[in-house]
Amino acid sequence: MSTRPHRYATATDGQRLAVYSAGPTRLPPPPSTDASGAVPPTRLPPPPSTDTSGAVPPTRLPPPPSTDTSGAVPPTRPTLLLVHGYPDNATVWEALVADLAADHHVVTYDVRGAGRSTAPDDRSGYLLDQLADDLRTVADTVSPDRPVHLVGHDWGSIQTWHAVTEPAHAHRFASFTSISGPDLDQAGHWLRKAPDGVRNVLRQAVRSSYIGFFSTPGLPEAAWLSGIGGAALSALERVGGGPRVPAERTVRDYLNGLELYRANMLRRFARPAERRTGVPVQVLAPTHDAFMVDQVQSNAGRWADDFRFHRFKGGHWSVRSHPAPVARRVRAFVREIESGAPRPVRNLTAQQARRHGGAFAGQVAVITGAGSGIGRCLAFELAERGARIVAVDIDAPAAERTAELCSMITPGSGARRVDVTDSDAVNELAAWVRDEYGVPDMVVNNAGIGVAGPFLEAGTEDLKRVVDINLWGVINGVRAFAPMMVESGGGGRIVNTASAAAYLPSRMYGAYSATKAAVLGLSRSLRGELAAQGVSVTAVCPGLVATGIITNARVSGMGEVSRTKDRLNRLYRLRGYTPEKAARRIADAVESDPEIVPVTGEAHIGLALSRLSPAAIRGYARLAPPV
Amino acid sequence: MSHKNVTGNTASQADLDAFRELQQLAYRAAGDVADTLEPGVTEREAARRVREHLEERGVQDWFHTPFAWFGDRTAFRGFRTPLQFFPTNRRLEEGMPFILDCAPVRDGYVADIGYSGYLGRNPLHDRLMDDLRAHRRLIVEQVREGRTLQDVYRAVDALVREQGYDNRHQVYPGRVIAHQVGKVESRLPRAVVAGFGIRSLQTLFGDLVVERMHHRSPLWADGDISAHPATPGMWAVEPHIGFRDMGVKFEEILVVTSDDAYWLDDDLPHVNRWARSSPATAGTGKETATA
Repeated sequence: MSTRPHRYATATDGQRLAVYSAGPTRLPPPPSTDASGAVPPTRLPPPPSTDTSGAVPPTRLPPPPSTDTSGAVPPTRPTLLLVHGYPDNATVWEALVADLAADHHVVTYDVRGAGRSTAPDDRSGYLLDQLADDLRTVADTVSPDRPVHLVGHDWGSIQTWHAVTEPAHAHRFASFTSISGPDLDQAGHWLRKAPDGVRNVLRQAVRSSYIGFFSTPGLPEAAWLSGIGGAALSALERVGGGPRVPAERTVRDYLNGLELYRANMLRRFARPAERRTGVPVQVLAPTHDAFMVDQVQSNAGRWADDFRFHRFKGGHWSVRSHPAPVARRVRAFVREIESGAPRPVRNLTAQQARRHGGAFAGQVAVITGAGSGIGRCLAFELAERGARIVAVDIDAPAAERTAELCSMITPGSGARRVDVTDSDAVNELAAWVRDEYGVPDMVVNNAGIGVAGPFLEAGTEDLKRVVDINLWGVINGVRAFAPMMVESGGGGRIVNTASAAAYLPSRMYGAYSATKAAVLGLSRSLRGELAAQGVSVTAVCPGLVATGIITNARVSGMGEVSRTKDRLNRLYRLRGYTPEKAARRIADAVESDPEIVPVTGEAHIGLALSRLSPAAIRGYARLAPPV
Repeated sequence: MSHKNVTGNTASQADLDAFRELQQLAYRAAGDVADTLEPGVTEREAARRVREHLEERGVQDWFHTPFAWFGDRTAFRGFRTPLQFFPTNRRLEEGMPFILDCAPVRDGYVADIGYSGYLGRNPLHDRLMDDLRAHRRLIVEQVREGRTLQDVYRAVDALVREQGYDNRHQVYPGRVIAHQVGKVESRLPRAVVAGFGIRSLQTLFGDLVVERMHHRSPLWADGDISAHPATPGMWAVEPHIGFRDMGVKFEEILVVTSDDAYWLDDDLPHVNRWARSSPATAGTGKETATA
């Protein structure tokens, strides 16, 4: 452990917490803080009173003397307080501090039991209420006059959640960025009530299995001391990739922190309390977190009024391995809060407010073909789930109408008139989105048209048009947006609207089927290509959804065209699958980044048949329905 | 109009006044009860309040007893069977839309009204209410032009779609946006079966039979049987639009004569609301232009 300059803050129960500051002005080297060389493997006794901050009263520190760093920090620099997790100490933040200290007053501290801080003798000293108190103590020490911005990782995030959801503390905090650590009470509710489905609860249970091991007496200690634990941890740290930065940990970091689990987990999960907060919260979820599924983190959207959720490519220790996307999001969030602009207020009914977690909260979604049908309904659905929508359509008034209604649910949506067949226009759109909204979290290449009738009777113009819109529209969208999504650190989603016709060939819609099969093939290949960059690609195959696609479709060689259309429209109507329902299904499915989302029953059955019984599909292709 | 007279005579002025007076009474009842709604009230309780309020004021019978829908039930989300229209024990909460719908009968005159509200404030609900205005205008204009009911229905449907909402009157039995009403003259006892007064049902079924013989229907929907201009008489028109968890509607009587059509009364809560919000323009020209 490096001998970085630090001082001590004294917790409400007398424990002493090592606090480190960095920022525009550096802390002067303290006279005799160098106790680190003598850190014993397990519990550190309270440091001798000769220490720098020995005279500090047990509760809140007075404003430090003017020689101290925080007094010299210009008031314009917001204070960031970073809270580390287990089995780390404040050094886990080094990469992030180096980045953020350029324009922030950055404070880190060793949580009790870790690093240079003292360790309580009793397990009760690790209860969350006490840890939240510690956080408040440090915040009052380093920024007594202004609320601080919090960043927490792992157990640090858990403690910070506990602090921001404590009404007595909340006013001291301007914002909170949570990385890989949910509020334990909120998680307790999530595990018991499974609002995001039992499947996700089971997925999470697998990733949390180590908690049971940590609760056994003696065994985890033996694992750490024997080196087995260290080897396992080092393997887990590789998940998610990124440069290998060796952690600076001491044995006491590993051992003392076990008490965090033993003191809190069972208690919180057995009887979770209702903990809400009005503090603005952003959750940053690494895509390859070995210990956490997205949903247990985005679930916090049910408990935080001002909430956003972003993903980025990385593993559980991404604060070390992928600091850039974290720093970028923290910086943007702090700037937004510090600007003092009024926080956006969403308009949800009582039922809507309860329905969704925060999986899309605060995200930006670009949707083409958003002026009607599934695109429009998906825009509404995502807006209800907290996303800001960029509604794109060739019909400007329709796109504007979509954006207007989306903005009434979640403020900040916009509309653009773009012809997706025009690659320059789509590139301009992407540049505009990046300037106005930042890199989008989600791009839905949805614009498409229908063409029906015998292929040989279709006109060249019609064929060109359907290929241009259905295939080139998707190509243009991917080429315009995917590079920036990769470059910004990953975590985004590309959703392409294909069709059940992609795997259900038919003499009824040869040209249409060709374009949609191409979209499906492109999506699946791209999914493989971008997997390593943390950008997911999903193809949606709706089936018969009553959207009006028939009314606008071209039907070749069928004589009384309007009569055929009437019959087809009636078929779609009788099928009764509304675009609202399709949008809900798509949004639900996309949360877990599947490769293909078949929407209606026939799309599911068709997909299964195309895999199980190609002969049945060949037969279907020959059918000429009486329309 | 009653099936005794399908050739299309309009009601006398005295009759019109009586219909108008009852419609006013029904809207006042809904408005007064809406003002009393607070969190925790169930749909059944709200419906009971409307019923008692009206029975205290001389209503003897019902075309249908009061309905109350709270929350996403205002948009008929998840409705599969007609039984789901009846009031349930769902409790009203802050942040819920609601609709009160009742059809009282007094001295043979019928009113059928729908009153939409919201507990708390939601600009989106205001927006939906404002957007109903274009529908009220569209319907009367198209009926006046002699368009078939089927066409008017489709025009309303197109406008709903363009507005970004969905047509919720299609959930009503028969997908109806309107039905004919007339004076109830029946010897049957006053009884309510499954929410509907049997005297009124007798009148409606009588109309149904007679109108069918003329290849018309007293029920206004988008089927081919509605491919005729509005039959002279009185129609209770109820465009019902939905946006996600919210449904809003109004329901009031449209008077159709052999050469004209007009709303029975303009002094109604939703109409007054539009007049307050933008008194200058009577309708939104752009939106009605879809027709």
